[in-house]
Amino acid sequence: MKIGFYPGCSLKGSSREYNESVIAIAKALDIELIEIKDWNCCGATAAHSMNEELSLSLPARILALAEAQGLKEVVVPCAACYNRLMVTQHELKDDTKREKVTDIIQMPYSGELKIINVLQMLESYAMDKIQEKVTKPFAHKVACYYGCLLVRPHKILQFDRVEDPQSMDSMIKLIGGTPVDWAFKTECCGAGFSVSRTDLVVRLSGNILQDAADRNAEAVIVACPMCQSNLDMRRGAINETLSKPIDIPVLFITQAIGLSLGISPKELGLERHFVTVKM
Amino acid sequence: MSKIGVFICHCGENISATVDCERVAQELAKVEGVECAIDYKYMCSDPGQTIIKDAIREHHLDGVVVGACSPRMHEPTFRRACAEAGLNPYLCEIANLREHCSWVHEKGDATTNKAIDLVKMLVEKVKRNKPLESIKVPITKKALVIGGGIAGIQASLDIANAGHQVILVEKDPSIGGHMSQLSETFPTLDCSQCILTPRMVEVAQHPNITLYTYAELESLEGFIGNFTAKIRLKAKSVDYKKCTGCGACMQKCPQKKIPSEFNAGLGTRTAIYVPFPQAVPNKPVIDREHCNYYKRGKCKLCETACPTGAIEWDKEDEILTEQVGAIVVTTGFNVKGTDFFPEYGYGKYKDVITGLQFERLASASGPTFGEIRRPSDGTIPKKIVFIACAGSRDPAKGIPYCSKICCMYTAKHAMLYQHKVHDGESTVFYMDIRAGGKNYEEFVRRAIEEDHVNYVRGRVARVYEKDGKLIVKGVDTLLSGEQVEIEADMVVLATAGVANCGAEVLAQKMHISYDPYHFFAEAHPKLKPVETNTAGIFLAGACQAPKDIPETVGMASGAAVKVAGLFSNNELVREPLIAVVNRMPPPVFSTCVGCFMCQTACPYNAIEREEIKGRDGKVIKTVAKVNPGLCQGCGTCVAFCRSKSIDIQGYSNEQVFAEVMSLLNQ
Repeated sequence: MKIGFYPGCSLKGSSREYNESVIAIAKALDIELIEIKDWNCCGATAAHSMNEELSLSLPARILALAEAQGLKEVVVPCAACYNRLMVTQHELKDDTKREKVTDIIQMPYSGELKIINVLQMLESYAMDKIQEKVTKPFAHKVACYYGCLLVRPHKILQFDRVEDPQSMDSMIKLIGGTPVDWAFKTECCGAGFSVSRTDLVVRLSGNILQDAADRNAEAVIVACPMCQSNLDMRRGAINETLSKPIDIPVLFITQAIGLSLGISPKELGLERHFVTVKM
Repeated sequence: MSKIGVFICHCGENISATVDCERVAQELAKVEGVECAIDYKYMCSDPGQTIIKDAIREHHLDGVVVGACSPRMHEPTFRRACAEAGLNPYLCEIANLREHCSWVHEKGDATTNKAIDLVKMLVEKVKRNKPLESIKVPITKKALVIGGGIAGIQASLDIANAGHQVILVEKDPSIGGHMSQLSETFPTLDCSQCILTPRMVEVAQHPNITLYTYAELESLEGFIGNFTAKIRLKAKSVDYKKCTGCGACMQKCPQKKIPSEFNAGLGTRTAIYVPFPQAVPNKPVIDREHCNYYKRGKCKLCETACPTGAIEWDKEDEILTEQVGAIVVTTGFNVKGTDFFPEYGYGKYKDVITGLQFERLASASGPTFGEIRRPSDGTIPKKIVFIACAGSRDPAKGIPYCSKICCMYTAKHAMLYQHKVHDGESTVFYMDIRAGGKNYEEFVRRAIEEDHVNYVRGRVARVYEKDGKLIVKGVDTLLSGEQVEIEADMVVLATAGVANCGAEVLAQKMHISYDPYHFFAEAHPKLKPVETNTAGIFLAGACQAPKDIPETVGMASGAAVKVAGLFSNNELVREPLIAVVNRMPPPVFSTCVGCFMCQTACPYNAIEREEIKGRDGKVIKTVAKVNPGLCQGCGTCVAFCRSKSIDIQGYSNEQVFAEVMSLLNQ
């Protein structure tokens, strides 16, 4: 199985462990990831709040590159990148917008590329294989956290139930884990305000962690580098606001699956987290 | 030589704004065979009709073309005017200058020229029209009412009191519908059952009403005045002639934990059951899905308990055939339930309930005998949150319409709660308050001002449980624009009213149309609110859209009057625009070759076989014959006829060709 791969900036920088774990489990599950050549930043949080043309042109260039390399399907692990690419593809169905953007990027663009996130990739190509290859069941109670970008806007993404998504939960069950029933599955973590309004992020991410802790989750499982960094990297600041510090780790879904497949913690980048992972 | 009169209507400005009506009339005056051409501002008005009548008399017209609005609207008006002036009404035709021309084009010469063409075409057609006589069909003066809620009860009683026979079919074991589940009713707070149950009894005892409960419409054939309905009487497994309704069987039934439909799932019932103590008829049925005997072949405790031997284990569904002349559909609505609100936790948290469940909690006949108690632990909630528009007016949820009754019943719920729990606190999250009805606004004000219900304008985003409390996260858009979180003991969702499950199937059985939300569609939203597009089938109540009791009852009486009006005639007059098979006399000369392709094509089963016999009694030929009572004039048979022996009266091949040729020969 060969699939195109767009890591995006965060997987190359702040969330290297996500990249490492995606590559590690892809290898274990016989999925060959072909990285898009010469890819650029998708614009993520900054572009769409500044300039619409820019926010469409950046992802459009990535999509056009993938098309030019003959890729039919691309997996985008970062939820923010996934969201931007999907929104761009949707927006460029409009002829005038498409003409303008292809004029800017100076590349042909058909809009026929299939864009999927990591959950969709595993759902479509690896469920049987995962079940087959689980050697160390991930027997933990965990809170599956989807965040806002993975399932919204539902009209465009058409992925999972918008208010109560289930795909990550069923994957956790598949590898022997127990997803807890909690209330903050799709609440916002504060996202890109991590630097400019840390106080907001501390409050929002704190609420999420508190509920996960209240329900005795042993870990929070995510599929978004931004959620991960807010819940993990900001833990010190969050704990300062709480009466009792929370020490539950935040794992990427790919790391949880990797562990169940018997891949070493080092290969999955588990030592890179701020909150120590002992699983 | 024809003498055709042409009358061009301005339709106020509807036509004249883009079409030069005067020029249309002038051009038409030049057409061969046109005796006079007149334009007038409102041709459908009294003076307008007088112009037509005078012209017919003065010029001895033998055909009339009116250029006006849709024939759907005013064809009967103009045909009547012609008839009054002594012209056969079927010698009058309407060119649709409004929907087909003025409304869909810009102002200009091209539009006016199109209008001229449209009228010219009909002038050529009308020259070839033949006088037709309307068809008279007998009427069966018996009505079928489907659905035994308040709408069905009201319609049945009104029709029965007008002296006609009524068959009332209800799918549940008792009539009463949703209204019987309600506690008090807005805006008067009078007891729902107290005003409903006497009417239920009246239905059961009325000499003109035949009541079939636990029954459903199986199929429907025929047409206005002459329907044949097949009704499935589901097996009750209890002989109602022997049963005295003593209830001994229910006490013995070991299946005691089945969620009660009447109590909206909050209470339980047995497998042999009467839905509620005031049910009509007050005799039990056996729910075979849950009965131990039907499931496992053992038990029969009810049979042992029954003093009259009324249990009938081997009873099977029966199919009854009834002839009826009109049908009133009153199948009601349902409330949206589980899995529709993952964000509100309905189905996940026991103390998140629907409005209908709250009605049962507040009702004296309910599972808590009218005390407001939490379903989870039976305690009295001290803080309660009502969420209005749960699912309604939310295109993202697929229900963009307003469910209409929720604002009022939520105010009522909050009020009933405050009356029963004096130290309780109630909050209503609403989008806007829609209290448009007599004494409705005052009722809501009373809840806010006298009963101190806290109204917060804003949507609720999420409800979740924490430490035994329900946390309601919402926003106050009116005062602060800030997010609010309320800890509540119980949450009540004013859930969207949706069409009953199976509404679509029922509509297809009856050939009536329904909207995208599966509510039945009325023939005209303003002027024909209780009619359907299928003649003889009427609607009432919430099967058409969510409705409150006053409106439902008004509509039911309206439908009943329509039925009584239909039954006031002995014969029904139908349009003669139906198919006819060529009958060159003597019949044997008919061009019909008897292939009966038309018979397979006809969707109304209107084609019959007719044998033509010689003097010796031997069959010479078999030809097709159209049953004028069944034919709807759809024309499918015409398209299928290989020997071109069928025509639709008023739309013959000759007439249609003449129309087309008039466009080519200018």
